[in-house]
Amino acid sequence: MIVRVNGEAQEWAEGTTVDEIVRRLGAPPSGVAVAMDGEVVPRATWEATAVRDGAVVEVLTAVQGG
Amino acid sequence: MDDPLTIAGREFGSRLIMGTGGASNLAVLERALIASGTELTTVAIRRVDASGGGGVLDLLRRLGIEPLPNTAGCRTAAEAVLTARLAREALGTNWIKLEVVADERTLLPDPVELLDAARQLVDDGFVVLPYTNDDPVLALRLEEAGCAAVMPLGSPIGTGLGIRNPHNIELIVARSSVPVVLDAGVGTASDAALAMELGCSAVLLATAVTRAEDPERMAAAMRAAVDAGRLARTAGRIPKRFWAQASSPGI
Repeated sequence: MIVRVNGEAQEWAEGTTVDEIVRRLGAPPSGVAVAMDGEVVPRATWEATAVRDGAVVEVLTAVQGG
Repeated sequence: MDDPLTIAGREFGSRLIMGTGGASNLAVLERALIASGTELTTVAIRRVDASGGGGVLDLLRRLGIEPLPNTAGCRTAAEAVLTARLAREALGTNWIKLEVVADERTLLPDPVELLDAARQLVDDGFVVLPYTNDDPVLALRLEEAGCAAVMPLGSPIGTGLGIRNPHNIELIVARSSVPVVLDAGVGTASDAALAMELGCSAVLLATAVTRAEDPERMAAAMRAAVDAGRLARTAGRIPKRFWAQASSPGI
């Protein structure tokens, strides 16, 4: 299935979880948040949340700014 | 002199809120933040990329500075609300510097989207610190919406043009019952001092320090300016007079 991760279309296996996507991105261990299709996915549910075909996933963290 | 800044029931010993944008690297930023004496500093929320980018949070944690996430880059209330919720999830804070700008050239706040976002975020339990125009009416509306402070600009972000309408800042201060934080436009120390003399409770700045030739030295200047301006404000300045008034006794 195709999942758009941080703006990039990627091929993922059916049943992939949010946690797997975050880990492959190499995100830092803390200070990260995920939105799927415009809704926050709480960290505690990453492992249990399956990503569906066509989903838009954004993985965000804090950077210098403001 | 013990004169803390209180926002939403939380006390800060420093009245200088810093931003982290524009610093050439983290080592320069670290020295500037230490010199500024700040206890609250903004960060932006962006996509995780290959470069990691998490270093700024580690830096703030090491320095004991509270991170204040912002919604920089958002153009609509919907974008800002989602960004604030993601910031809360990522950083574990319900404080948000709310920024909803209208266009890239001016980076001026979009008042309609800003007020809409502020109302939604207050309802959702956030401590909302909105970056706003120097408009006394909008500032009042934001306060009525439940914002914990109002943060009017002195001039557009990054311009260093100082406070273009000091009277509006005084009007905002005169009617506000929440802290007024002068946010954006500070170019040099006298701008920060003037903001405090006009009655602002704090100053938020980034570019003036991070893009100065010597950020650490400018941070120290801003710290001194905020302290001096605050002291002058609370000391009660003399009224301005048209004619001279001798300061020595008559002969």
